[in-house]
Amino acid sequence: MIEALQFGFMRNALMAGVLVSVACGVIGTFIVVKRIVFISGGIAHAAYGGIGLGYYLGVNPVLGAIFFSMAAALGMGLVQRKTRQRADTVIGVMWAIGMAIGIIFVDLTEGYKADLMSYLFGSILAVPSSDLLIMLVLDLVIILLVILFYKELLAISFDEVFATVENVPVNALYLTLMCMVALTVVMMMRVVGLIMVIAMLTMPAAISGQFVKDMKKMMVLASILGVIFTTTGLWLSYFLNLTSGATIILVSGAAYLVNSLRDAPEWIGGRR
Amino acid sequence: MKPTKTTDTPQEVISVRHLWAGYDGETVLEDVNLSVERLDFIGLVGPNGGGKTTLFKVLLGLLPPTRGEVRIMGQSVAAGRRHIGYVPQIVEFDRDFPISVWDVARMGRLRERRLLQRYTAEDDEIVADALRRVDMFALRDRPIGELSGGQRQRVYVARALTAQPEILLLDEPVASVDPRVSTSIYELLTRLNEQITIMMVSHDMSAISSHVKSVGCLNRRLFYHGEKQLTPEMIEMAYQCPIDLIAHGVPHRVFGEHTTQEVQP
Repeated sequence: MIEALQFGFMRNALMAGVLVSVACGVIGTFIVVKRIVFISGGIAHAAYGGIGLGYYLGVNPVLGAIFFSMAAALGMGLVQRKTRQRADTVIGVMWAIGMAIGIIFVDLTEGYKADLMSYLFGSILAVPSSDLLIMLVLDLVIILLVILFYKELLAISFDEVFATVENVPVNALYLTLMCMVALTVVMMMRVVGLIMVIAMLTMPAAISGQFVKDMKKMMVLASILGVIFTTTGLWLSYFLNLTSGATIILVSGAAYLVNSLRDAPEWIGGRR
Repeated sequence: MKPTKTTDTPQEVISVRHLWAGYDGETVLEDVNLSVERLDFIGLVGPNGGGKTTLFKVLLGLLPPTRGEVRIMGQSVAAGRRHIGYVPQIVEFDRDFPISVWDVARMGRLRERRLLQRYTAEDDEIVADALRRVDMFALRDRPIGELSGGQRQRVYVARALTAQPEILLLDEPVASVDPRVSTSIYELLTRLNEQITIMMVSHDMSAISSHVKSVGCLNRRLFYHGEKQLTPEMIEMAYQCPIDLIAHGVPHRVFGEHTTQEVQP
């Protein structure tokens, strides 16, 4: 174990896991209690359009992903707010179109597409130090925004209608939250990949919500669980020579399933 | 029991004139006229889809009227709604939502503590006071999901009270609780009515008319003239069906002696 830490890439990977888990615990809690898991999945997949655009234009694909995921977050957020029906259809359409745009841009790009798969499936072992700095800054931005607007974010998560009556700027805060989801998605892309982002956002928060009944505590516990899952998954993938992103997800998934069994009906071994 | 009405507060707290409202071109409320006076306790009954919740949405500024005028405390809805405490109908409820009784009740302070402002010690006192008034102070640290339906309803009343409203609007306050609990909630409202004007809507006309000061019927149009009891004529006009369908199983207080009073729609 210690010898593995001598590798810079391993140290960076562990740091990346910790940094991502913090954002994941905080934003994942909102996603779980506000039931916007589907929208978050849409934002994550639409971000692939930005990856493709980045390749095509020869700029950093992460910048493209930030741009696309933000646009998707705002677009889906507005659809969710403004249309009365079929918001899930529109979100599903944007989800697919985002991915399709990415694939076409990659087709149009000449030459060898290095580490394209890493954006889809994650490559925590290849996180450069410069990315760690970006993750740290994004973490701080997310934590600062949540602290500043905590009472309003709690209110719109719990009861939007009441928050509106109380003159809380519900729409502006909701779209801010969507943008934070987008930033978190881009951060996590490096660790577990776009396809599995949704699992990593929801599982630590969902488990945490079973143990604590206060949103702040839920965020803290979810972050701690995220650190445990990413670190455990990372070591397992290192020693067993498996894909790190998928191993992290399976570690989280195993914890989630075991925890769910506590509430399962008796005939499959639950407590009640 | 009632404090003497002072002359400097307006007697008419809500004024609705020729209000039309609806969704996507479909009219739900037609030519609704209503005048609510200070310390009124009004119960509106009506069938589902009769526009009870829509009327509340208009009063709360959540739905702009298609026609007509609404004034609250002599002001526009946008300005006047800060005098309203709102207790919504509990339709679906996420039992797992991580929030305590205290934090729910404190949300009524949001209209005073704007963005980037913190809750103060004064807010804490107001929240504690509101929770005591609804007998929920002892359970202030409980997660809201662990409460019974009646207890949760009391917390929502406390949340409305922390906004220190002149007017309390309640949407189906006893829809999801058993009769014993609903009696205690009505008793609570009667106490609160010593200082606060109350208007509530419900589809349960037997309970409503034995606790409120005046009743009305709402079914697209509003039939309200400040009567203490529902008259058969009002119900017939509101429900547009024979009375005996509704009178079934209704306790004595709903129908007074049949009056010959003319009720204009």
